[in-house]
Amino acid sequence: MSISTYRRRRATNAVMLGLCAASAFAAVGVLLLILGFVLANGIRSLNLDFFTHMPSPAGESGGGVANSIAGSFLTVGLAALIGIPMGVGAGIFLSEYAGHRLGDVIRFTADVLTGVPSIVVGIVVYGLIVLRMGNFSALAAGIALAIIMLPIVARSSEEMLRLVPHSQREAALALGISRWRTILSVVMPAAQRGLVTGGLLAVARAAGETAPLIFTALGNRFMNLSVTGGPIDALPLRIWRYGIGPYDEWHQQAWAASFVLVLTVFVISLTARLLLRRR
Amino acid sequence: MTGGFHSQLQAPIIGYEMPTGREPQARVSEADALSGGVVVHELDAWYGSFQALRSVDLLVAPKRITAVIGPSGCGKSTFIRCLNRMHEVVPGARASGQVLLRGEDIYGSSVDAVGVRRRVGMVFQKPNPFPTMSVFDNVAAGLRLNGFLVRRSQTAEAVEKGLRQAALWDEVKDKLNRPATELSGGQQQRLCIARALAVEPEVVLMDEPCSALDPVATLRIEELMRELAKEYTIVIVTHNMQQAARVSHFTAVMMMAEDRAGEMIEFGATEEIFTKPKDKRTEDYITGRFG
Repeated sequence: MSISTYRRRRATNAVMLGLCAASAFAAVGVLLLILGFVLANGIRSLNLDFFTHMPSPAGESGGGVANSIAGSFLTVGLAALIGIPMGVGAGIFLSEYAGHRLGDVIRFTADVLTGVPSIVVGIVVYGLIVLRMGNFSALAAGIALAIIMLPIVARSSEEMLRLVPHSQREAALALGISRWRTILSVVMPAAQRGLVTGGLLAVARAAGETAPLIFTALGNRFMNLSVTGGPIDALPLRIWRYGIGPYDEWHQQAWAASFVLVLTVFVISLTARLLLRRR
Repeated sequence: MTGGFHSQLQAPIIGYEMPTGREPQARVSEADALSGGVVVHELDAWYGSFQALRSVDLLVAPKRITAVIGPSGCGKSTFIRCLNRMHEVVPGARASGQVLLRGEDIYGSSVDAVGVRRRVGMVFQKPNPFPTMSVFDNVAAGLRLNGFLVRRSQTAEAVEKGLRQAALWDEVKDKLNRPATELSGGQQQRLCIARALAVEPEVVLMDEPCSALDPVATLRIEELMRELAKEYTIVIVTHNMQQAARVSHFTAVMMMAEDRAGEMIEFGATEEIFTKPKDKRTEDYITGRFG
């Protein structure tokens, strides 16, 4: 091989490696860009009032998004209450009970469900729950978000339970411990961290969802903490409302709300990762 | 010839005791096996369509150690796992035939596999303590998770008894609340024995219990087995013929047939098997000509 060929190859290698590294850093950079951008734009509205006060009447300055924060907690909390137990249950079934064929069918279905556009989930819940109940509600929103969470929790739980060595199950079964006891007291504690991580990641995902809330929570300028009684606000909805509104004051609050939302999701994800890492 | 093993039987390792009650010409009567041992009659086992065991018969004497030896893949582990219905835990695995425990067929239609496993304990090849539990909780696991005991003092008593029986008490009595994974490999295996004994089984199965251990830990387990044989019926699978010769009262030899199904080809008092095997294949195997 001639020297020039060798040089050319080395140069190509260096260039391609550089491009790959740049792409990798760009991915990290985008997150920093988002955080920085929303912070820079929303910092003026980020104060204690923002977290504790209600939205002020249109056109007036000040006010906060306390109702949206409370609404987000309520809807995501309901979603976690419904979605995590069901998801973990599905994960247990997939990992411990389902045969090859049935397991594959369920796994495929879960993967398809992950890919269903969230606005479609919202509209289906609207048709099934909101119309039947006669009003928008935190419950409907919680159910819509739970549907988003379900496949994520199910698949991550399954993976985490599968990581528990088979010898652990055999040890328990050989002691005459029943199957469900074995899963509950031996397999699940061994996978505990992974299960929590999966749940947290799903919560982070649900907290940022907007589309399913449009048809279920609707949004509300006032504080509403009722589970079934009427429209409720949520941070993503407030960002949307304020973002498309005509007032500068609203735009700034939308930026601030965006920052709070991104940071919350970021912190939840980080907690989940750290939990998984620690041994 | 079988001289090597013969001399080993006559002059064992220094300081090493023979199991008590070992007689060169001992026989196991069906009545003995029925009274507190195990009677295996025409046991077949499959993994899917593959037959792993064919028509295995065996009489396990009560309060004696029965060793099952044979070359790799001959179905020793499958066989021992059939004795507490752990075989069927593997997807697609099934077994048929009779295994009588005090006269009751554990494969009977009304018998619950979970109940069988409470009566027939098992120790595995690799020590497998529960990593999320302390030493104490590991031994108590079988009792607690079965819902047997409610009183703390009873649990503590049972745990101490189990650990003493497994000759582990003195080593761990000050670290009962430490994670079980902090113990050495040999200690972990004795912990697994203690865990199995704590539920007070009638029979203890050991599936190559020393294969993951060093020689010193191995000798300790063997010593322990001889001690346990005073109270328990023990069946041990081992690929280590010297171990079978050292610890067992009776030895069963398994071989693979042409279609790779495991068969029991010879059974008798350990001395006889190792000095005057009747089957040519046994002689070939124990003299190291194959396997």
